[in-house]
Amino acid sequence: MRYLSRRLAHGFLVLAGVSVLSFVFVALAPGEFLNEMRLDPRISPEMVAALRDRYGLDQPLPLKYLHWLQSVVRGELGFSFAYDRPVAALLWPRARNTLLLTVPATLAAWLIAVPIGAWSASQRGRWPDRVCAGTTTALLTVPELLLALGLLVVAVRTGYFPIGGMRSAAFAELREWAKVKDLAVHLFLPASALILVNLPVLIRHVRSSLIDVLAAPFIQGAHARGVPPRRLLFRDALRAASNPLISLLGLSIAGLLSTSLVVEAVMSWPGLGPLLLEAIAARDLHLVIGAVMCSTLFLLAGNLVADALLYLSDPRVRADQV
Amino acid sequence: MSAASRQVRAWASLLVILNASVVFAGFIAPYAPNEQNRNLPFAGPTRLHFVETTGQFHLRPFVYLVVSTPGSVDKYEEDRSRRYPVRFLIRGARYTIAGFAADRHLFGVEEPAKVFLFGTDQFGRDVFSRLLVGAQISLVAGVLAAGLALSLGVALGALAGFYGGWTDDAVMRIAELFLALPWLYLLLAVRSVLPLHIDPARAFLLLVTVIGFVGWARPARLIRGMVLSAKRRDHVLAARAFGATDMYVLRRHVLPQTAGVVLTQLAVLVPRYILAEVTLSFFGLGVAEPVPSWGNMLAAVQRYDVLTSYWWMFLPGIALSPVFLLYYALANALHEHTALLSS
Repeated sequence: MRYLSRRLAHGFLVLAGVSVLSFVFVALAPGEFLNEMRLDPRISPEMVAALRDRYGLDQPLPLKYLHWLQSVVRGELGFSFAYDRPVAALLWPRARNTLLLTVPATLAAWLIAVPIGAWSASQRGRWPDRVCAGTTTALLTVPELLLALGLLVVAVRTGYFPIGGMRSAAFAELREWAKVKDLAVHLFLPASALILVNLPVLIRHVRSSLIDVLAAPFIQGAHARGVPPRRLLFRDALRAASNPLISLLGLSIAGLLSTSLVVEAVMSWPGLGPLLLEAIAARDLHLVIGAVMCSTLFLLAGNLVADALLYLSDPRVRADQV
Repeated sequence: MSAASRQVRAWASLLVILNASVVFAGFIAPYAPNEQNRNLPFAGPTRLHFVETTGQFHLRPFVYLVVSTPGSVDKYEEDRSRRYPVRFLIRGARYTIAGFAADRHLFGVEEPAKVFLFGTDQFGRDVFSRLLVGAQISLVAGVLAAGLALSLGVALGALAGFYGGWTDDAVMRIAELFLALPWLYLLLAVRSVLPLHIDPARAFLLLVTVIGFVGWARPARLIRGMVLSAKRRDHVLAARAFGATDMYVLRRHVLPQTAGVVLTQLAVLVPRYILAEVTLSFFGLGVAEPVPSWGNMLAAVQRYDVLTSYWWMFLPGIALSPVFLLYYALANALHEHTALLSS
């Protein structure tokens, strides 16, 4: 447990560091939200000055940061000028939607990648392995932007899937099960895009780490003793290869979130990505900081989960910490 | 020469050819990228014919004049009364290559006929010409940004690994903060503090700087690790014992050992950064119209009618795949090559 609490403390430090860094960046920014207001003849200079005062725009940077920290403690995460409400109120529903998309997509991608990668490793050099390698390479060269757009075309052409969005217009009137079904139908294409982008990387890693393990003497020995190949592959080899794979889970989360941003924006899934893009267009910098901090939080949380899994699955990690 | 190094050579030379040919975009493109044909919006790719309506065969391909079908917006038909053979080294719009002005184009047809190999966009601009000129922005931005990120990464990573102590701590802690953000979020965050609407030339430089600046952390980590192990090798310690200065040891003994990794990183980073430019321009945060970039060209498909009806508008995105394939192949070959050398 000491291991995990240390990781947790480290995560907090990183989060604090990121927040300081983003504040310094924002301070360097030319132009701000109220600049456009100043050009509007209907708004008097006194009004702008009053607003500046209210939002504390003329205060020195450390004081601004302190104010922001206070609002974090209050659970507001700063104030969005463009939406005229606390950032947190805007952020949480969007963050939830991003999780709703990325978590099932990650699970599905792993569930697909592990058996394919394992099978490909066991068939090493034979034609199933070749086909698999070719397909993953081809998939690897398709950028997520194009993939998302392509799936959107599929949605339009087939008519089976809704074109973007997260809910039908009549969502509120649906009953419990119909709501879940509606959500699942909307989730299918964006999640497929995420899965397809992640699959080639995952399959390759599963394959290469299993190939390493399959060459190990204990596997060869078990094979010689007549342990069935399938049991050997999925029980013994996969377990031995779990360490690099779980590390990969932690590493892949950063890429997953970036991909998710593009997919969300293209398929109008109301997650963090579109919110960040809107905030940038409106020069709503507190909202930008909020969205960035939120994504950092996801990444750190994902890494923490991977660390915890590693701790549980690998006795060597536990032994190191004693 | 081993198979791996032959492969490295093959892929690298293909990429050099690709990037060099971008310079000649103005010559290869039949039209100026911003030349509009308002009467021909969303015209499909022009068909190249070899056989006339009379059944006569011509070795030299020819096109017919394309006119819009009366009573429709985006339907076109061929006026088959006269054929326009494709001519090579034909005179056309003026362009410059590395400062030299010229008006000869690789191919084209006589006016009023047009040859649009990849169709036209909403303003009747030639997609093929825009794709080539857009490559000057998109492909070059990737290379420059990767160069910048790697220079920063190598400099800081070498500094941290070589001197250690508090320098190492400071650089690596900051790198950790940069790596704590999902990279597209980081990129957008840095972009968000810069002005929204800027002219294309400055936008291009800005993008290259931002992408390069954001990407230094990962290479810095890699290089630091390599420098740490390299500086403890016997021949480096021997050079030190003979009184070699820090700079000399770094330049002669330490940095050359990282060359393989740096090159592999370059091949990995360039496609990522090409995609970064395309993504930012797609979202309207990069190079803006009328200057073509693959990203702002692809942005046209955000319109519902374009998405469903005009497949050729996807070509700026589809063109990324072969480019990426070349870079991946090079990265793979380089990786195997360095693995062979070190084993």
